[in-house]
Amino acid sequence: MVPPSYFVALSAVLFAIGVLGVLIRRDPLIIFMSIELMLNAANLALVAFGRAHGSADGQALALFVMAVAAAEVAVGLAIIVSIFQLRRRLSVDELSVMRG
Amino acid sequence: MQIPGFLLLAVLVVATALGVVLLRNPIHAVLLLSINLAGVAALYLMLHAQFLALIQVIVYAGAIAVLFVFAIMVLIPGKEETGPDPLHAQRWLAVPLVGLLLLEVLLILRSSAFQAGPPAPGAPTGVEPLYRLLLTDFLFPFEVTSVLLLAAFVGVMALTKKKAS
Repeated sequence: MVPPSYFVALSAVLFAIGVLGVLIRRDPLIIFMSIELMLNAANLALVAFGRAHGSADGQALALFVMAVAAAEVAVGLAIIVSIFQLRRRLSVDELSVMRG
Repeated sequence: MQIPGFLLLAVLVVATALGVVLLRNPIHAVLLLSINLAGVAALYLMLHAQFLALIQVIVYAGAIAVLFVFAIMVLIPGKEETGPDPLHAQRWLAVPLVGLLLLEVLLILRSSAFQAGPPAPGAPTGVEPLYRLLLTDFLFPFEVTSVLLLAAFVGVMALTKKKAS
């Protein structure tokens, strides 16, 4: 039997890799994939904690996180596509029009 | 006895996640992302969350990965990261910062609060406790999720529609 803390440690590593991707990449698509990695890491931790405490609450929360992630990816990719149609270039550092 | 399987999956998942973050070509990143998501689904199976593993494969590997591939087809990316980098100095700061974050989380994990023993004896297995929970305690968030998905659907249609004029 694998102890749940192993799963939580693995999810911490995955989350850190996702943060690294958001920080070092400039391609918005890769940044989106890194966000997906982070959401997955959070899901894994939720399920592991639910298993450790003997309840299905963690699984229910992870299910909602998945639904929100699906909506987020759809809307985010639509925004990226419309920005690309407007500017013909994709780099998150150049999109500073709304900076105060 | 399940530890070797877990370690194998962990190595696979971490390696593919690093590939997603570090590879240049977004198509390779998408392929590695789907392998990563399938690996996480297998980890859900090890945690006796069968329904979540199925949903993970259907929603993530099925829908989201395909959505990414379509976006890459539309965008023809690959030249975004060749120009001058205005934040070059800051970017290398990210690696030690992420290392610090990881160290911090692992230190918290070592503290006594998370030293859970073996899983609780009444741990739920199978689908039945989950759907009972979804239709009782989580009924309101469940319904709100449907509204959220509808709003996302309409929003995507509105965002990507060509202007008539």
